[in-house]
Amino acid sequence: MPIGDVLPEISLTLGAVIIVLFATFTRQQQHHWAAVLALLTIALSAGLTLAQWDGQPQLTFSGVWALDGMAISSKLVVLIAGALVVAMSPEWMQTDRRHGEYYALVLFALLGVVMMASASDTMELVLGVLLSSVASYPLAAYHRGWAPALEAGMKYFLIGALTNALLTIGVVVVFGLTGNTGYTEVAQGLAGGSDSLALTIATACIVLGLTFKLAAFPAHAWMPDVAQGSPAPAAAFLTVIPKIGAAVALARFVSLLPPDVAWRAIVAVISVTTMTLGNVAALRQTDVRRLLGWSSVSQSGYALMAIVVMSVSDQALPALVLFLASYAIANLAAFAVITFLRGRTALEDYQGLVKNAPIATVVLILSLLSLVGIPPLVGFFGKLMLFKVTLEGGYAWLAFVAAANTVVSLFYYLRIVASMMFANSRPVVHVLPGQWTRITMAIAGLLILAIGLGAEVLVEYTNAIGFAM
Amino acid sequence: MILTAALGLPMLGALVLAISRRWIEVTARLFAIVVSVLPVLLLAWVWLQFDPQGALFQFVEEVPWVPGLGMGYRLGVDGIALAVATMSAVVFAASIAYPANTRNQPRQYYAWMLFLQSVSLGVFLALDLLLFYVFFDLSLVGMFFLIGRWGHGQAQLAAFKFFLYTFCGSLLLLLAIIGLYLSVEPHTFDMRVLIEQQPLAGAGVTGGLVFLALMLGFAIKTPVVPVHTWLPQAHVDAPGPASAILAGVLLKMGAYGIIRIPFSMMTETFSRYALIIALLAVVSILYGAFVALGQKNLKRRIAYTSINHMGYTVLGIAVAGALVQEAGYARELALVGATVEMVAHGLVTGALFLICGSFWQRTEEYDLDSYGGLLRQAPWLTAFAVLASFASLGLPGLAGFVAEFHIFAGTFGVYPWLAVIGVLGILVTAALFLQMLQKVFFGAMPERWAQFEDLRPIEWGVLAVLSAGFVIIGVAPAFLLTLVEASATLLVGGR
Repeated sequence: MPIGDVLPEISLTLGAVIIVLFATFTRQQQHHWAAVLALLTIALSAGLTLAQWDGQPQLTFSGVWALDGMAISSKLVVLIAGALVVAMSPEWMQTDRRHGEYYALVLFALLGVVMMASASDTMELVLGVLLSSVASYPLAAYHRGWAPALEAGMKYFLIGALTNALLTIGVVVVFGLTGNTGYTEVAQGLAGGSDSLALTIATACIVLGLTFKLAAFPAHAWMPDVAQGSPAPAAAFLTVIPKIGAAVALARFVSLLPPDVAWRAIVAVISVTTMTLGNVAALRQTDVRRLLGWSSVSQSGYALMAIVVMSVSDQALPALVLFLASYAIANLAAFAVITFLRGRTALEDYQGLVKNAPIATVVLILSLLSLVGIPPLVGFFGKLMLFKVTLEGGYAWLAFVAAANTVVSLFYYLRIVASMMFANSRPVVHVLPGQWTRITMAIAGLLILAIGLGAEVLVEYTNAIGFAM
Repeated sequence: MILTAALGLPMLGALVLAISRRWIEVTARLFAIVVSVLPVLLLAWVWLQFDPQGALFQFVEEVPWVPGLGMGYRLGVDGIALAVATMSAVVFAASIAYPANTRNQPRQYYAWMLFLQSVSLGVFLALDLLLFYVFFDLSLVGMFFLIGRWGHGQAQLAAFKFFLYTFCGSLLLLLAIIGLYLSVEPHTFDMRVLIEQQPLAGAGVTGGLVFLALMLGFAIKTPVVPVHTWLPQAHVDAPGPASAILAGVLLKMGAYGIIRIPFSMMTETFSRYALIIALLAVVSILYGAFVALGQKNLKRRIAYTSINHMGYTVLGIAVAGALVQEAGYARELALVGATVEMVAHGLVTGALFLICGSFWQRTEEYDLDSYGGLLRQAPWLTAFAVLASFASLGLPGLAGFVAEFHIFAGTFGVYPWLAVIGVLGILVTAALFLQMLQKVFFGAMPERWAQFEDLRPIEWGVLAVLSAGFVIIGVAPAFLLTLVEASATLLVGGR
C-alpha cells in the first residue's frame, strides 16, 4: 500500500489523537499548548503536502484517492485556513472547560474536508462529508450552555442529517447504475449510456448533498445561524473551510457526468440563485455576523461560476482555487476581527470603532473590500479570474449577473465600513486579552494586501492544475 | 522612474501621515502641501522633455507584475495624458492647500487627499488596462471616505450613492476590459498592443457588447445624461476641496477613459456609434445648462454646469472618432478641443468649487437668494468668482473659449447641425453664470452678511494660481496645443 501518499492525512489524524490525550491529562490552564500542537500538526501536514507537489497527477489506493494539482492546492488552502482558525482561538476558548478538545475537533474536521477534496470514489466522498460534518456539529454548538449556539448547532445538524442522507442515496443509485464506486469506472459506465431518470435523481441527490457543505442554495439555511450563534472562531471555520472541500468535490463529481445531464445549466442556476439570495438577504441585516453569514452564501454562488465553465475554459479550475483562497483569507480576517472584539455582533455596536480599535477596523475594512473585489486586494484577483474564465467559457450573462450582484454586495459591506468610520464612537470597546487573536488578525490583514500585490505567485502555481483523470 | 515618482511620492506621503501619530494640524498640513506639489514639478519637467515629434507614448516604464495574466506595471504618457495629469496634479495641490475644516482629524484628511492624488495620477499615467482599472477603483474608495467623513448635509448618503453608482460603471468596465484582454493573442492588458492591433474590429456582437459596456462605464463617470444622477448630491454634500477634486479630476477619468480605450482601441466600432454618442453629448450640453439655470443652490448650479462642460468634451471625442478616413483636420481639432476642455474645466470648475467651499466655511448657506451685494464686503472673492465664471462661460481670452472654439470648429466639419444646436448651450451657460453673479455679488446686501469676511491670503493665493492657469491657456495656448496636437494627430490621422 502506498502509505506515503496519505502521510499528510495520517499526520492530521495522529495530531488529533495526541491532542485528545494531551487534553485529557493536563489541566485546563495548560490547554493553550494544544493550540501549539495543532499548529505543529498542520505545519507538518502542509509540509508533507508540499512535498507531493512536484509529482505527476495520479490516482492512488486503487483509484480512490486523487493526488493531483487540484487536490494538493486545495489541501494547502484548507490547511493554511485551518492554521489561521487555530491561531485565533486560544483566548476565546480558554474559559471553556473543554478547551483542548476543541483543537482535536478542528483537526478532524480539517481531515474530513481534505478527504472531500481528494476523494476520487463516491464512498470516499461520503466518508469525507460525514467526517467533516460530524466533527463540525459540536464545533457549532461548542458553548453548550448558550442557547443561540445550541440553536445554530441544531439547525446545522438537522439540515446536515437530511442532506447527508440524500448524498448517500445518490451514491447508492450511482452504484446501482454503474456497479462501481471509483470515479474512473463511474465515468466509463455513464459514458456508455444509462437510465436517464435514475441518473438525474442521483445527480440531484449528490449535488444537494454537496450544496450543504458549500452553503449554497437550497441547503444554505444553516449558514447565517451558524455565523451568528456559534463561537466566533468556529464560525470562522464553518463559513470558510468546508466550502473549499465541497467546491472541489462538486467540480470533480460533475466532470464525470455525460453532457446530456445538462449539469452546466444546473450549476449555473444554483450559482445565480445562491449569489442573488445571499446578497438580497444580507442587504437589510443589522447583525454583522449574520450579514457575513449571508455574504458567505453569496460567495459560494460566485465560486460555482468556475465550475459552470469547467473544461470549456482551460483556466476554470485554477480560477476556482484562486477564488476560494482569496475568499478564505478575507473571510477569516473578518472573523478574526470579530473574535478579537469578543464576538461583537450588532451593527450599532460597531459605530465609531476606528477611534478605539484602529487596527481591527483597518483589517475589517480590508477584508470587506477584498470580499467586494476592490483592487489590489487579494479578492480582486479571485473575482478577476472568475470573470475571465466565465467570459472565456461563453457565459457572459453569468458574469454580468455576478457583476450586478457585486454592486449589491458593496452596499451592505459599506454599511459596516460607514458605521465604523463615520459614526460617533462608543465609549468602551472590550477586546480579547493576550496576543494570539491580535497577531492572527494582523497577519490575516497583511495577507490580504500582500497576496494581492504578489498575486503572481498564486497565478503561477495554480496555472496548470487540474484533475488526475 | 519619473512617472513612478510622480504617483509614488503622494502615496508615500499618505502612508507617512497615516502612521505619524504625533503630528499636529499645522505640521500635517504643511507636509501634505509640500508632498502634493512634488508631482506638479515632476510632471512639468516631463512636459518640458516631451518630444512632440516623437512616439505616441513616451517616458514608458515597464515592470512585470502578474505576467501570468499578462498584466504589468506599465506607465507612460502621450500629450493628452500628460496635459490632463498635470492639470490634475495642480488641482490636487490647490485643493490640499485650500483651508478646510478637518474636524480634528487632520492626518486622516490629508492622508486621504494624498492617497487620492496618487491613484488619480495613476489612472492618467497607466498604460496597462488592469492597472488603469486598479487606480480607477481605488479613486472611488478614496472619495467615498472623503465625502462620508468630511462632508456635510447628508454626507453618508451622498458617499454611498457615489460609490455604488460609479462602482456599477466600474464593474461594466472590468467585464469589458476582460473582453478586450481575451480578444488578443497572446492575452495581454498592454494598452499599446491593443491600440496597435484593434482586436475587436469587425467582431460583430461581441465587439458591440464590449463597446457598450466600456461606454456605459465611462459615461457614468463622466457623467453623460441620462446616467448623471449621482453627481449633484455627491457634489453638494462633499467638502469644498473634495468637490473641486471630484469635478476637476475624477470626472476627467471618464472622458479620458473614452479617449484612451474605446476611441483608440476600437476605432471602427466607435465610428459606427459616434453619432449616437454625439447626440447624447448634445443632450448633456443642453440638459446640463438648462437644469443648472433652474438651480437655486450655488453648489448645485455649478455641479450641473459640469454636466454641460463634460458634454462639450464628449462631443469633441465623438466628432473626432466619427469617420475613419475623411475630414482629418476637423476631427483633430475636435480632439484637441476635447482635451483642452478637460484641462480648462478642471482648473475653472476646481476654482469655482473652492470658492463654494469658502462660502460654506463662512456661512453654511448655499441658497442663492439669501445672498446679495457681497461685492463691497468681499472684493477679492468677487473678483475671482467673476473671473472663474467668465472662464467657465467661454469668454474669449480665457481657457474655456479656446476649448469650445476647437470643439465647435471641429463639429462644424463633421456634424454641422449638431454644432448649431450645441452652441445654444453656451448661451444658456452665459445666462446662468451672469444671473448667479448678479444674485450673489450685486444688489442690496442682506443684514446678516455684515460680518462676511473676504478671502484670506492663502485662499486668494491658491485661486490666483488656478486663475493664472486658465488665463495663460486663454491668452497663449500654444504650449498646451503643441503638446496635445502631437498626440491627436497620431490618434486621428495615423489611422
